Amino acid sequence: MINHTLLVIGTGALILGAISGALGSFALLRKQSLLGDAIAHAALPGLCIAFLVTWQKSAWVLVTGALIAGWIGVLTVLGLRRLTPLKDDAALGFILSVFFGLGIVLMSLIQKLPTANQSGLMTYLFGSAATLLVSDVIMMGVLGSIVFIGLLYFWHKITVVTFDPLFAHALGLQTLRIEIVLTGMIVVAIVIGLQTVGVVLMSALLVAPAAAARQWTKRLVPMVSLSATIGASSAVAGAWISSLGTKIPTGPVIVLILSGIVLISLIPKQKKSAKNLEGPSQ
Amino acid sequence: MILAIALLTAVACSLPGVFLVLRRMSLMSDAISHAILLGIVLGFFITHTRHSPLLMLGATLAGMATVAITESIIQSKRLREDAAIGLVFPAFFALAILLITQFAGNVHLDTDAVLLGELAFAPFHRWVFLGIDLGPAGLWVATGLTLLNSLFIWLFYPALTLSTFDPMLSNTMGLSAKRMHYALMFIVSITTVGAFEVVGSILVVALIVVPAATAYLFAKRLPSMIAGSILVGSSAVILGYTLAMRYDLSLAGCMAVSAGALFIGALVLSPRFGLIPRLWRFQAQHIKFSTHLLLVQLLSHEGTPSEDSESTHTNILQHMRWSRTRTARVVRYGIGKSYITRTQDRLTLTALGRETARAIMVR
Repeated sequence: MINHTLLVIGTGALILGAISGALGSFALLRKQSLLGDAIAHAALPGLCIAFLVTWQKSAWVLVTGALIAGWIGVLTVLGLRRLTPLKDDAALGFILSVFFGLGIVLMSLIQKLPTANQSGLMTYLFGSAATLLVSDVIMMGVLGSIVFIGLLYFWHKITVVTFDPLFAHALGLQTLRIEIVLTGMIVVAIVIGLQTVGVVLMSALLVAPAAAARQWTKRLVPMVSLSATIGASSAVAGAWISSLGTKIPTGPVIVLILSGIVLISLIPKQKKSAKNLEGPSQ
Repeated sequence: MILAIALLTAVACSLPGVFLVLRRMSLMSDAISHAILLGIVLGFFITHTRHSPLLMLGATLAGMATVAITESIIQSKRLREDAAIGLVFPAFFALAILLITQFAGNVHLDTDAVLLGELAFAPFHRWVFLGIDLGPAGLWVATGLTLLNSLFIWLFYPALTLSTFDPMLSNTMGLSAKRMHYALMFIVSITTVGAFEVVGSILVVALIVVPAATAYLFAKRLPSMIAGSILVGSSAVILGYTLAMRYDLSLAGCMAVSAGALFIGALVLSPRFGLIPRLWRFQAQHIKFSTHLLLVQLLSHEGTPSEDSESTHTNILQHMRWSRTRTARVVRYGIGKSYITRTQDRLTLTALGRETARAIMVR
């Protein structure tokens, strides 16, 4: 039976699932799947600092903090890539553990403070759809729309840059700028989902729908659409299930549903497997 | 005591960490550290105690299972490495978290401890064997891990290093790179499991990856990288411990942040790759190059009628369009190197200067 709460939760989940699914496709194609994990973990100190600075837990405030922190993480990775011989994996590992560690330190600080406000931050670890307010969903909707419109507007440029950066450059496209836009959208996609899915598992929402969709099609538009659909439906289902009990964190439920879908997608088609990724060279 | 356990854990972690960073597999440590929770939870359900060896066994198996499944996905070519990794461990971890929240409640196993470990309580979990209190279990585990990892590296050093730097050669020589990979992953799994109880998922990753990455910025050879990694890991622990105790903050978090701070320090100061040394080197080269330009300029005007007006400080300033400070610096450098002499405004080449200028022009 559809009551108000479920509607709110469902809408929020739908938005985050669709957006992460869609952008996850590009992250997957650009081999940036694990960047999502690092960004999500890096967002934690952002949330804490936003809270400490403003003493508010409203979604807008926290999301801004998460966005800034996520961006700092991305820039750090890029900086490390340019300035040191360290490879991406170590850079991501650094961001992941150190930023998150900082977040944990800040959380321990917050928990010692005498106000009763801070308990909400803990839910950002594993997510809780039940805490979604209408204002939160509105925020998710606004950010999601921005990302969606951006995706449509820049679609062709993003596509070229993703599949053939050199060609894009030869065409005169500003590849760096487009990459920044795309990465920025990925950061937003992650940040949208943090309250529902949590920091620790958000990356799966970026990777799994796209990974599953990839198994079913080789073409971009079907892949992105399918990925968005898988993401949205898993998120809604997971959020609904999680709202049924009192102690069920949302993130894990959604991830398990997604993993199931991926598993199913991976099983058949053994004979086509060699062709799936090698494409034109066949 | 906590410090001792943490120090040993840090050493135990930095050892495989070096190889993970060199093999570009740092994120496997993150994946494994999350995945082992499932093994711990399942083991807990079977034994109903947190401190049985079955837990460690189960956890290690879970870690290896993650690696195996990830590898098979990669082999099947359905997904690339990063996607495969990012798929498998969240599934394991999600299942583990659900099991914990549903069935273990807050009684013995809770999500905070999972992420952060219980370093503060480690001294209280003691091993009692035949009625004899052997001391904190964490200490034994950490010591064992350190010994195990050191032994592993010592025994397998040739195969390990070869498969890290040149897997194809390693295979040709009969030292299967793949087996080495699984062996290393096994070590990482066990280390993660052992360290996990003490410091939690996040700090394990910090202790494995960050000290090794920091050492990478300094070291030119593998042994020094290993030594550096141990040094950085230990320092991070000590620093973090002090901070946490002083300000009453999360132990694991402080240690992770300290490791990060040390990394940033290395980033800025490292003689090879550090930002400040690089800036300094750049400046030095810049001055040298500018001086060469000056010498050539002076040479080309030597003996010409316009020499008196051209070869002066003021004219150089104008002609080269350098800033006042730069011109002064270049001139000072030139004098210091005995390339030129200066009387009032006039600059003259010395014999050495002339020679150098000619050599530059030939080049």
